[in-house]
Amino acid sequence: MAVPDKKPVIATDEFIKGLWRENPVFVQVLGMCPVLAVTNTAMNAIAMGLATSFVMLMSNTLVSTLRNFIPRQVRIATYILIIATFVTIVDYAIEAISLELHKSLGAFISLIVVNCLILGRAEAFASKHTVRIAIVDALGMGVGFTLALLCLGGVREIFGEGALFGIALFPDGFEPWIVMILPSGGFFTLAGWLLLINYMQQRKQRSLAAAEEVTQ
Amino acid sequence: MSVATATPTWPMYRTLVGVGMLCGLLIAITFQGTRPVIERNRAEALQKAVFAVLPSASRSATFLVTPDGDFVPDTDAPGERVYAGFDDSGQLVGVAIETAGMGYADTMTILYGYAPQQEAIVGIRVLTSKETPGLGDKIETDPAFLENFVALDVSLDESGTALRNTIQTVKKGQKTDAWQIDGITGATISSVAIGDMLAASSARWVPAIHAQLDQFKTGDDSGGS
Repeated sequence: MAVPDKKPVIATDEFIKGLWRENPVFVQVLGMCPVLAVTNTAMNAIAMGLATSFVMLMSNTLVSTLRNFIPRQVRIATYILIIATFVTIVDYAIEAISLELHKSLGAFISLIVVNCLILGRAEAFASKHTVRIAIVDALGMGVGFTLALLCLGGVREIFGEGALFGIALFPDGFEPWIVMILPSGGFFTLAGWLLLINYMQQRKQRSLAAAEEVTQ
Repeated sequence: MSVATATPTWPMYRTLVGVGMLCGLLIAITFQGTRPVIERNRAEALQKAVFAVLPSASRSATFLVTPDGDFVPDTDAPGERVYAGFDDSGQLVGVAIETAGMGYADTMTILYGYAPQQEAIVGIRVLTSKETPGLGDKIETDPAFLENFVALDVSLDESGTALRNTIQTVKKGQKTDAWQIDGITGATISSVAIGDMLAASSARWVPAIHAQLDQFKTGDDSGGS
Protein backbone atom coordinates (compact mmCIF):
# COMPACT_ATOMS: atom_id res chain seq x y z
CA MET A 1 0.00 0.00 0.00
CA ALA A 2 2.71 2.41 0.97
CA VAL A 3 4.27 4.48 -1.74
CA PRO A 4 8.00 3.77 -1.75
CA ASP A 5 10.20 6.70 -0.80
CA LYS A 6 11.78 7.83 -4.02
CA LYS A 7 13.65 11.09 -4.04
CA PRO A 8 13.63 14.20 -1.90
CA VAL A 9 11.90 15.94 -4.84
CA ILE A 10 8.69 14.13 -3.89
CA ALA A 11 8.90 15.37 -0.33
CA THR A 12 9.38 18.97 -1.45
CA ASP A 13 6.44 18.64 -3.80
CA GLU A 14 4.24 17.21 -1.03
CA PHE A 15 5.07 20.28 1.04
CA ILE A 16 4.56 22.85 -1.72
CA LYS A 17 1.21 21.43 -2.81
CA GLY A 18 -0.32 22.34 0.57
CA LEU A 19 0.85 25.92 0.20
CA TRP A 20 -0.53 26.62 -3.25
CA ARG A 21 -1.77 23.96 -5.67
CA GLU A 22 -3.95 22.16 -3.10
CA ASN A 23 -4.22 24.92 -0.52
CA PRO A 24 -6.76 23.64 2.03
CA VAL A 25 -8.68 26.92 2.25
CA PHE A 26 -8.38 28.62 -1.11
CA VAL A 27 -8.42 25.56 -3.37
CA GLN A 28 -10.03 22.72 -1.42
CA VAL A 29 -12.29 25.11 0.56
CA LEU A 30 -12.10 22.86 3.64
CA GLY A 31 -12.31 23.75 7.32
CA MET A 32 -14.59 26.74 6.77
CA CYS A 33 -15.77 26.86 10.38
CA PRO A 34 -12.49 28.21 11.86
CA VAL A 35 -11.71 30.09 8.64
CA LEU A 36 -14.81 32.23 9.02
CA ALA A 37 -15.19 32.26 12.78
CA VAL A 38 -11.84 33.11 14.32
CA THR A 39 -10.14 35.21 11.67
CA ASN A 40 -11.32 38.52 13.09
CA THR A 41 -7.76 39.43 14.05
CA ALA A 42 -4.39 38.37 12.68
CA MET A 43 -3.29 37.02 16.07
CA ASN A 44 -6.35 34.78 16.43
CA ALA A 45 -5.83 33.56 12.87
CA ILE A 46 -2.22 32.58 13.53
CA ALA A 47 -3.07 30.88 16.82
CA MET A 48 -5.86 28.87 15.23
CA GLY A 49 -3.67 28.02 12.24
CA LEU A 50 -0.84 26.77 14.45
CA ALA A 51 -3.19 24.80 16.71
CA THR A 52 -4.76 23.11 13.68
CA SER A 53 -1.34 22.44 12.16
CA PHE A 54 -0.12 20.82 15.37
CA VAL A 55 -3.16 18.55 15.55
CA MET A 56 -2.76 17.66 11.88
CA LEU A 57 0.94 16.94 12.25
CA MET A 58 0.49 14.70 15.29
CA SER A 59 -2.56 12.86 13.97
CA ASN A 60 -0.96 12.33 10.56
CA THR A 61 2.13 10.93 12.26
CA LEU A 62 0.20 8.57 14.50
CA VAL A 63 -2.24 7.46 11.80
CA SER A 64 0.60 6.78 9.41
CA THR A 65 2.54 4.87 12.08
CA LEU A 66 -0.46 2.69 12.88
CA ARG A 67 -1.74 2.41 9.31
CA ASN A 68 -1.08 -1.33 8.97
CA PHE A 69 -2.45 -1.99 12.42
CA ILE A 70 -5.91 -0.36 12.13
CA PRO A 71 -8.66 -2.55 10.58
CA ARG A 72 -10.56 -0.57 7.96
CA GLN A 73 -13.92 -1.13 9.70
CA VAL A 74 -12.89 1.00 12.67
CA ARG A 75 -10.50 3.39 10.95
CA ILE A 76 -12.71 6.50 11.11
CA ALA A 77 -13.48 5.93 14.80
CA THR A 78 -9.77 5.48 15.50
CA TYR A 79 -8.83 8.61 13.55
CA ILE A 80 -11.42 10.69 15.41
CA LEU A 81 -10.13 9.33 18.71
CA ILE A 82 -6.58 10.29 17.80
CA ILE A 83 -7.59 13.74 16.53
CA ALA A 84 -9.75 14.44 19.60
CA THR A 85 -6.83 13.54 21.86
CA PHE A 86 -4.50 16.04 20.26
CA VAL A 87 -7.20 18.70 20.22
CA THR A 88 -7.63 18.23 23.97
CA ILE A 89 -3.89 18.54 24.42
CA VAL A 90 -3.83 21.75 22.36
CA ASP A 91 -6.77 23.09 24.37
CA TYR A 92 -4.88 22.62 27.66
CA ALA A 93 -1.68 23.98 26.15
CA ILE A 94 -3.30 27.19 24.88
CA GLU A 95 -5.00 27.74 28.22
CA ALA A 96 -1.65 27.34 29.95
CA ILE A 97 0.10 29.69 27.52
CA SER A 98 -2.43 32.50 27.50
CA LEU A 99 -5.86 32.77 29.11
CA GLU A 100 -6.62 35.76 26.87
CA LEU A 101 -5.98 33.77 23.72
CA HIS A 102 -7.96 30.84 25.07
CA LYS A 103 -10.84 33.23 25.75
CA SER A 104 -10.80 34.77 22.30
CA LEU A 105 -10.63 31.43 20.47
CA GLY A 106 -13.29 30.03 22.77
CA ALA A 107 -15.21 26.98 21.63
CA PHE A 108 -13.41 26.93 18.28
CA ILE A 109 -10.42 25.14 19.77
CA SER A 110 -12.56 22.12 20.63
CA LEU A 111 -14.18 22.36 17.21
CA ILE A 112 -10.85 21.55 15.55
CA VAL A 113 -11.97 17.94 16.10
CA VAL A 114 -14.61 18.32 13.41
CA ASN A 115 -12.36 20.17 10.99
CA CYS A 116 -12.79 17.99 7.93
CA LEU A 117 -9.35 19.03 6.71
CA ILE A 118 -7.64 17.01 9.45
CA LEU A 119 -9.78 13.90 9.07
CA GLY A 120 -9.40 14.31 5.32
CA ARG A 121 -5.61 14.26 5.50
CA ALA A 122 -5.65 11.28 7.87
CA GLU A 123 -8.01 9.27 5.70
CA ALA A 124 -6.88 10.31 2.23
CA PHE A 125 -3.17 10.66 2.80
CA ALA A 126 -1.59 9.54 6.09
CA SER A 127 -3.30 6.13 6.07
CA LYS A 128 -1.75 5.38 2.68
CA HIS A 129 1.76 6.81 3.00
CA THR A 130 4.89 6.40 5.07
CA VAL A 131 5.41 8.45 8.21
CA ARG A 132 7.99 10.71 6.59
CA ILE A 133 5.77 11.71 3.68
CA ALA A 134 2.74 12.03 5.97
CA ILE A 135 4.67 14.47 8.18
CA VAL A 136 5.72 16.54 5.17
CA ASP A 137 2.13 16.56 3.93
CA ALA A 138 0.83 17.72 7.34
CA LEU A 139 3.47 20.44 7.52
CA GLY A 140 2.61 21.70 4.04
CA MET A 141 -1.13 21.66 4.67
CA GLY A 142 -0.64 23.23 8.10
CA VAL A 143 1.48 26.08 6.80
CA GLY A 144 -0.93 26.57 3.89
CA PHE A 145 -3.89 26.66 6.27
CA THR A 146 -2.15 29.07 8.65
CA LEU A 147 -1.15 31.41 5.81
CA ALA A 148 -4.69 31.36 4.43
CA LEU A 149 -6.11 32.19 7.85
CA LEU A 150 -3.58 34.98 8.20
CA CYS A 151 -4.65 36.38 4.80
CA LEU A 152 -8.21 36.62 6.09
CA GLY A 153 -7.35 37.72 9.61
CA GLY A 154 -4.95 40.40 8.40
CA VAL A 155 -7.44 41.96 5.98
CA ARG A 156 -10.26 41.83 8.52
CA GLU A 157 -8.19 43.37 11.30
CA ILE A 158 -6.81 46.13 9.06
CA PHE A 159 -10.27 47.25 7.91
CA GLY A 160 -12.26 46.27 10.98
CA GLU A 161 -9.99 47.73 13.63
CA GLY A 162 -7.54 49.84 11.65
CA ALA A 163 -4.66 47.80 13.06
CA LEU A 164 -2.49 44.76 12.42
CA PHE A 165 -1.34 42.56 15.32
CA GLY A 166 -2.81 45.25 17.58
CA ILE A 167 -0.62 48.02 16.15
CA ALA A 168 -2.67 50.95 14.85
CA LEU A 169 -2.07 51.64 11.16
CA PHE A 170 -4.24 54.64 10.44
CA PRO A 171 -4.51 58.15 11.89
CA ASP A 172 -7.18 58.77 14.52
CA GLY A 173 -9.77 59.90 11.98
CA PHE A 174 -10.15 56.36 10.58
CA GLU A 175 -13.61 54.94 11.16
CA PRO A 176 -13.29 51.12 11.46
CA TRP A 177 -15.54 49.04 9.21
CA ILE A 178 -17.19 47.11 11.97
CA VAL A 179 -18.80 44.75 9.47
CA MET A 180 -15.36 43.29 8.76
CA ILE A 181 -14.95 41.82 12.24
CA LEU A 182 -18.55 40.59 12.32
CA PRO A 183 -19.33 37.17 10.78
CA SER A 184 -20.47 38.71 7.47
CA GLY A 185 -17.03 40.30 7.08
CA GLY A 186 -15.55 36.80 7.11
CA PHE A 187 -17.68 35.81 4.14
CA PHE A 188 -16.83 39.00 2.24
CA THR A 189 -13.11 38.58 2.79
CA LEU A 190 -13.14 34.88 1.92
CA ALA A 191 -15.08 35.64 -1.26
CA GLY A 192 -12.54 38.32 -2.18
CA TRP A 193 -9.59 35.97 -1.70
CA LEU A 194 -11.27 33.10 -3.57
CA LEU A 195 -12.01 35.44 -6.44
CA LEU A 196 -8.40 36.60 -6.60
CA ILE A 197 -6.89 33.11 -6.37
CA ASN A 198 -9.25 31.59 -8.89
CA TYR A 199 -8.60 34.46 -11.28
CA MET A 200 -4.84 33.92 -10.96
CA GLN A 201 -5.10 30.17 -11.49
CA GLN A 202 -7.36 30.55 -14.51
CA ARG A 203 -5.04 33.12 -16.04
CA LYS A 204 -2.13 30.74 -15.53
CA GLN A 205 -4.05 27.92 -17.21
CA ARG A 206 -4.98 30.16 -20.14
CA SER A 207 -1.40 31.22 -20.65
CA LEU A 208 -0.26 27.58 -20.47
CA ALA A 209 -2.85 26.60 -23.08
CA ALA A 210 -1.79 29.50 -25.27
CA ALA A 211 1.84 28.45 -24.98
CA GLU A 212 0.93 24.90 -26.01
CA GLU A 213 -0.92 26.17 -29.08
CA VAL A 214 2.09 28.17 -30.13
CA THR A 215 4.41 25.19 -29.86
CA GLN A 216 2.11 22.89 -31.82
CA MET B 1 -14.67 -5.55 -1.82
CA SER B 2 -14.59 -8.57 0.44
CA VAL B 3 -15.24 -6.72 3.67
CA ALA B 4 -18.29 -8.78 4.58
CA THR B 5 -16.48 -12.11 4.36
CA ALA B 6 -14.75 -11.81 7.70
CA THR B 7 -15.13 -9.10 10.30
CA PRO B 8 -11.90 -9.15 12.28
CA THR B 9 -13.30 -8.83 15.78
CA TRP B 10 -10.05 -9.21 17.65
CA PRO B 11 -8.04 -6.66 15.63
CA MET B 12 -10.91 -4.17 15.92
CA TYR B 13 -11.10 -4.67 19.64
CA ARG B 14 -7.33 -4.51 20.00
CA THR B 15 -7.10 -1.30 17.96
CA LEU B 16 -9.87 0.61 19.68
CA VAL B 17 -8.79 -0.37 23.19
CA GLY B 18 -5.11 0.14 22.43
CA VAL B 19 -5.53 3.52 20.79
CA GLY B 20 -8.03 4.55 23.46
CA MET B 21 -5.59 3.74 26.24
CA LEU B 22 -2.75 5.52 24.49
CA CYS B 23 -4.93 8.59 23.99
CA GLY B 24 -6.14 8.51 27.58
CA LEU B 25 -2.56 8.38 28.79
CA LEU B 26 -1.54 11.34 26.61
CA ILE B 27 -4.46 13.44 27.85
CA ALA B 28 -3.77 12.54 31.48
CA ILE B 29 -0.10 13.52 31.15
CA THR B 30 -0.99 16.84 29.51
CA PHE B 31 -3.65 17.57 32.10
CA GLN B 32 -1.25 16.90 34.96
CA GLY B 33 1.44 18.98 33.32
CA THR B 34 -0.65 22.03 32.50
CA ARG B 35 -3.01 22.16 35.48
CA PRO B 36 -0.72 24.03 37.88
CA VAL B 37 0.12 26.59 35.18
CA ILE B 38 -3.53 27.09 34.28
CA GLU B 39 -4.53 27.48 37.91
CA ARG B 40 -1.75 29.99 38.47
CA ASN B 41 -2.82 31.94 35.36
CA ARG B 42 -6.42 32.01 36.54
CA ALA B 43 -5.46 33.18 40.01
CA GLU B 44 -3.23 35.88 38.53
CA ALA B 45 -5.96 37.05 36.17
CA LEU B 46 -8.42 37.26 39.05
CA GLN B 47 -5.90 39.06 41.21
CA LYS B 48 -5.26 41.57 38.42
CA ALA B 49 -9.00 42.09 38.00
CA VAL B 50 -9.42 42.69 41.76
CA PHE B 51 -6.73 45.36 41.71
CA ALA B 52 -8.27 46.88 38.58
CA VAL B 53 -11.66 47.36 40.22
CA LEU B 54 -10.20 48.51 43.56
CA PRO B 55 -7.58 51.01 42.34
CA SER B 56 -6.23 51.94 45.78
CA ALA B 57 -5.77 48.34 46.98
CA SER B 58 -2.27 46.93 47.24
CA ARG B 59 -3.12 43.48 48.57
CA SER B 60 -6.15 41.27 48.51
CA ALA B 61 -7.72 38.43 50.42
CA THR B 62 -10.49 36.04 49.51
CA PHE B 63 -13.50 35.65 51.78
CA LEU B 64 -16.04 32.88 51.78
CA VAL B 65 -19.67 33.73 52.39
CA THR B 66 -21.27 31.37 54.90
CA PRO B 67 -24.97 30.45 54.63
CA ASP B 68 -25.62 32.74 57.63
CA GLY B 69 -24.27 35.73 55.70
CA ASP B 70 -20.93 35.89 57.51
CA PHE B 71 -17.67 36.52 55.69
CA VAL B 72 -14.86 34.21 56.75
CA PRO B 73 -11.30 33.90 55.40
CA ASP B 74 -11.26 31.51 52.46
CA THR B 75 -11.26 27.76 52.93
CA ASP B 76 -11.80 25.05 50.39
CA ALA B 77 -15.47 24.82 51.30
CA PRO B 78 -17.87 25.32 48.42
CA GLY B 79 -19.75 28.59 48.30
CA GLU B 80 -19.67 32.13 47.00
CA ARG B 81 -16.57 34.22 47.43
CA VAL B 82 -15.81 37.91 47.53
CA TYR B 83 -12.38 39.53 47.33
CA ALA B 84 -11.41 42.19 49.82
CA GLY B 85 -8.75 44.73 48.94
CA PHE B 86 -6.50 46.39 51.53
CA ASP B 87 -4.13 49.33 51.26
CA ASP B 88 -0.51 49.39 52.49
CA SER B 89 -1.52 50.10 56.09
CA GLY B 90 -3.89 47.11 56.12
CA GLN B 91 -7.05 49.20 55.95
CA LEU B 92 -9.97 47.79 53.97
CA VAL B 93 -10.42 49.87 50.83
CA GLY B 94 -13.16 47.84 49.21
CA VAL B 95 -14.63 44.53 48.25
CA ALA B 96 -14.63 43.08 44.75
CA ILE B 97 -17.75 41.10 43.88
CA GLU B 98 -18.41 38.86 40.91
CA THR B 99 -21.80 38.82 39.26
CA ALA B 100 -23.31 37.31 36.13
CA GLY B 101 -26.18 38.35 33.92
CA MET B 102 -27.61 38.11 30.46
CA GLY B 103 -25.98 40.38 27.89
CA TYR B 104 -26.89 40.76 24.23
CA ALA B 105 -25.19 37.48 23.39
CA ASP B 106 -24.99 34.87 26.14
CA THR B 107 -24.30 35.35 29.83
CA MET B 108 -21.49 37.66 30.83
CA THR B 109 -19.70 37.88 34.13
CA ILE B 110 -18.28 41.04 35.61
CA LEU B 111 -16.28 41.92 38.68
CA TYR B 112 -16.97 45.23 40.41
CA GLY B 113 -15.36 46.98 43.32
CA TYR B 114 -17.47 48.38 46.16
CA ALA B 115 -15.79 50.91 48.43
CA PRO B 116 -17.67 51.19 51.76
CA GLN B 117 -16.11 54.55 52.76
CA GLN B 118 -17.24 56.24 49.56
CA GLU B 119 -20.44 54.18 49.44
CA ALA B 120 -19.79 53.78 45.76
CA ILE B 121 -18.77 51.36 43.04
CA VAL B 122 -15.24 52.37 42.11
CA GLY B 123 -14.46 50.10 39.15
CA ILE B 124 -15.76 47.29 36.97
CA ARG B 125 -14.07 44.70 34.83
CA VAL B 126 -15.74 42.36 32.36
CA LEU B 127 -14.45 38.85 33.04
CA THR B 128 -16.26 36.91 30.33
CA SER B 129 -18.53 38.12 27.56
CA LYS B 130 -19.47 37.21 24.04
CA GLU B 131 -20.82 40.64 23.15
CA THR B 132 -20.65 41.70 19.51
CA PRO B 133 -17.12 42.79 18.59
CA GLY B 134 -17.00 46.47 17.74
CA LEU B 135 -20.43 47.22 19.23
CA GLY B 136 -21.38 45.44 22.45
CA ASP B 137 -17.80 44.95 23.54
CA LYS B 138 -17.47 48.71 23.96
CA ILE B 139 -18.58 48.05 27.53
CA GLU B 140 -15.01 46.87 28.08
CA THR B 141 -13.16 49.59 26.19
CA ASP B 142 -15.22 52.78 25.85
CA PRO B 143 -13.50 55.36 28.13
CA ALA B 144 -16.65 57.48 28.49
CA PHE B 145 -18.60 54.43 29.63
CA LEU B 146 -15.94 53.28 32.10
CA GLU B 147 -15.93 56.82 33.52
CA ASN B 148 -19.35 55.93 35.01
CA PHE B 149 -17.71 53.51 37.40
CA VAL B 150 -15.20 55.82 39.04
CA ALA B 151 -17.77 56.68 41.69
CA LEU B 152 -21.18 55.16 41.07
CA ASP B 153 -23.38 55.89 44.07
CA VAL B 154 -24.69 52.87 46.00
CA SER B 155 -25.39 54.57 49.34
CA LEU B 156 -27.75 52.87 51.78
CA ASP B 157 -30.97 54.40 53.08
CA GLU B 158 -31.58 55.20 56.76
CA SER B 159 -32.49 51.62 57.67
CA GLY B 160 -29.17 50.37 56.31
CA THR B 161 -30.77 47.36 54.66
CA ALA B 162 -31.55 48.68 51.20
CA LEU B 163 -30.04 51.03 48.63
CA ARG B 164 -31.32 54.58 48.60
CA ASN B 165 -31.42 54.62 44.82
CA THR B 166 -31.41 51.83 42.26
CA ILE B 167 -28.64 51.91 39.67
CA GLN B 168 -30.04 52.54 36.23
CA THR B 169 -28.65 52.98 32.74
CA VAL B 170 -29.81 56.10 30.90
CA LYS B 171 -29.26 57.24 27.33
CA LYS B 172 -25.86 58.64 26.54
CA GLY B 173 -25.46 62.19 27.80
CA GLN B 174 -28.58 62.12 30.00
CA LYS B 175 -26.92 61.18 33.28
CA THR B 176 -28.02 63.59 35.98
CA ASP B 177 -27.53 61.66 39.22
CA ALA B 178 -24.60 59.83 40.76
CA TRP B 179 -26.40 56.47 40.62
CA GLN B 180 -27.06 56.64 36.89
CA ILE B 181 -24.93 55.12 34.15
CA ASP B 182 -24.48 56.91 30.84
CA GLY B 183 -25.21 54.23 28.21
CA ILE B 184 -23.40 53.64 24.94
CA THR B 185 -24.98 54.37 21.57
CA GLY B 186 -24.78 51.18 19.54
CA ALA B 187 -24.39 49.03 22.63
CA THR B 188 -27.69 49.81 24.31
CA ILE B 189 -28.54 46.27 25.36
CA SER B 190 -25.05 45.52 26.66
CA SER B 191 -24.80 48.73 28.67
CA VAL B 192 -28.30 48.33 30.10
CA ALA B 193 -27.39 44.75 31.02
CA ILE B 194 -24.38 46.01 32.98
CA GLY B 195 -26.64 48.47 34.84
CA ASP B 196 -29.17 45.75 35.65
CA MET B 197 -26.49 43.33 36.83
CA LEU B 198 -24.96 45.97 39.09
CA ALA B 199 -28.38 46.99 40.42
CA ALA B 200 -29.35 43.42 41.29
CA SER B 201 -26.00 42.49 42.74
CA SER B 202 -25.45 45.67 44.75
CA ALA B 203 -28.95 45.48 46.25
CA ARG B 204 -27.98 42.11 47.68
CA TRP B 205 -24.32 42.56 48.57
CA VAL B 206 -23.96 46.20 49.66
CA PRO B 207 -26.25 45.91 52.73
CA ALA B 208 -24.74 42.52 53.58
CA ILE B 209 -21.16 43.79 53.42
CA HIS B 210 -21.98 47.05 55.16
CA ALA B 211 -23.45 45.16 58.13
CA GLN B 212 -20.36 42.94 58.46
CA LEU B 213 -17.56 45.39 57.74
CA ASP B 214 -15.64 44.30 60.89
CA GLN B 215 -15.22 40.80 59.52
CA PHE B 216 -13.08 42.06 56.66
CA LYS B 217 -10.58 43.78 58.91
CA THR B 218 -9.41 40.52 60.36
CA GLY B 219 -8.31 39.10 57.05
CA ASP B 220 -5.07 41.08 56.80
CA ASP B 221 -2.72 38.15 57.04
CA SER B 222 -4.12 35.98 54.32
CA GLY B 223 -3.58 36.53 50.66
CA GLY B 224 -0.91 38.71 49.18
CA SER B 225 -0.24 41.01 46.34
